[in-house]
Amino acid sequence: MTESLTTENVTVTFDGLTALSKVDLSVPKRSVTGLIGPNGAGKTTLVNVLTGFQAPTAGRVTMDGADLGAKPAHKIRHLGIARTFQSGRLFSDLSVVDNLEVTGVGLGLSRRKASAKAVEMLDWMGISSLAERTAGGLPYTDERRVAIGRALMLEPKYLLLDEPAAGMSAEEADDLSRLIARIVSEIGCGVLLIEHNIGMVLKTCDDIHVLDSGKIIEVGPPAVIKASEKVRHAYMGTQVETEGEVL
Amino acid sequence: MTEIIQIIIDALSLGSLYALGALGIALIFGVMRLVNFAHGDTIAFCVFALLWPSIDAAAVVFAGHLPTVLLIPLILLIGAGLSVLSEIIVFRRFRKANPATMMIASFALGFVIRYFLLMLYSSRPKSINLWESLGESIGFLGARVPLLQIVTVAITLGILGLLTLFLKRSRYGLEMRAAAENFTMARMLGVRANRVIMLAFALSGMLAATTGLILVTQTGTVDIQMGASVMLIAFIATVIGGLGSLTGAVTAGYLIGAASVLMQVVLPLDARPFRDAFVYGAVIVTLIWRPNGLFVARSAKQRV
Repeated sequence: MTESLTTENVTVTFDGLTALSKVDLSVPKRSVTGLIGPNGAGKTTLVNVLTGFQAPTAGRVTMDGADLGAKPAHKIRHLGIARTFQSGRLFSDLSVVDNLEVTGVGLGLSRRKASAKAVEMLDWMGISSLAERTAGGLPYTDERRVAIGRALMLEPKYLLLDEPAAGMSAEEADDLSRLIARIVSEIGCGVLLIEHNIGMVLKTCDDIHVLDSGKIIEVGPPAVIKASEKVRHAYMGTQVETEGEVL
Repeated sequence: MTEIIQIIIDALSLGSLYALGALGIALIFGVMRLVNFAHGDTIAFCVFALLWPSIDAAAVVFAGHLPTVLLIPLILLIGAGLSVLSEIIVFRRFRKANPATMMIASFALGFVIRYFLLMLYSSRPKSINLWESLGESIGFLGARVPLLQIVTVAITLGILGLLTLFLKRSRYGLEMRAAAENFTMARMLGVRANRVIMLAFALSGMLAATTGLILVTQTGTVDIQMGASVMLIAFIATVIGGLGSLTGAVTAGYLIGAASVLMQVVLPLDARPFRDAFVYGAVIVTLIWRPNGLFVARSAKQRV
């Protein structure tokens, strides 16, 4: 049995409007899977399905072979699926280290152990200096990094990153790329990277899924996605005239 | 000088009562955006637990006869129990309802509790003397002040200290603070919603019990309406303090207490019967000046 977080034939409709249509997506452990697609393609809905936030109208979600079904939000995290949001959504009144500790105590650790883990995690991410800062006052990129650290507490099996590089400079995006590589190699997570920064996705991911209008239109390693006519079409709207590489 | 000390102690002890009431409301509002109007009736319920149910005019004392070391934990437990039960039986079903619906539900629950008490005890106020020795005055910095006032202030400060310690240092406190700011996010990090909410209700119930005990010791009477007036001021205090901010609720409770006592002193004799009108007038002015309250919780501004 392969270890992965998988959707099988997932369809989601809202009042007759189809947001996702028969989507098969697999996030294997110890690898980075990319999810790209134009705005409104259904990426966020798909993440919501993967985290139990949105029940699929049809199809199912499995983790390491077991059916996830509909579960309350905290159960999903207890099972080992963590996610981050486009905006950091830190607890702005708490300190950075307390933000990480929330995950620790939420998952059942004592305060002392949660605190030790949080300090360890900040150190692993190289942001120990932020520990006592109030999360509300952090600059944008630090906020993202803290949010990732918070999600990584107690080593989840799967990590879903929702546009972590939005608004980052090329350099910062490179740092993030390296961090994601470390998350995979050192923690062993299966990472799903949802990103608009196509360059970064091509550089970071082992496999990429392209979603358009609720359907997966292409799957494959970066080279395949780069060459794909369908992907180019989805991104550019019209075809033919586009010369050279769009992506 | 002694007069000033007297006024300060009066203000602090009245403010303490309001602060405890406001805290009971703010704690629950923090975790589930519910303004619990049944809080006042929970206060009354805890006080009535001191008596045996009877519709006689004379009070038949029950828990009120227990030694203090048993009496206080018992009443605290009753407060916590009633509060947790109201969450399990009533509010849990409204978790996803909008705040107005929840508020109406809390009104309804308040009426149920009040009329339950009415049925068992009749509407007549009854007298009961708890800790009579606290009624004595003692010398304090040259002034004569009732011991009860000093005890009220000391107990309140003690509770505030313990609560702060609990929220800052314990794992459940951390979960509550996180949940108060962004409940959805807290749950996604593994925090169990039911546990945090029940804990908030239990704490709020214990605060109601404490408020009730102080009230009944002060007044010596037990009355089914007794929670209502504290509840009203406590609610106003949470609004002025900035809904969602515990510090704000406590500060505003003390401010309203101070304003009441101060007006009692400075208003001309003829105007004193209308003191409350002046206090509420000050409340209105404060809200015009700071519509979101004195302390705006960051969490109140942005919600997922």
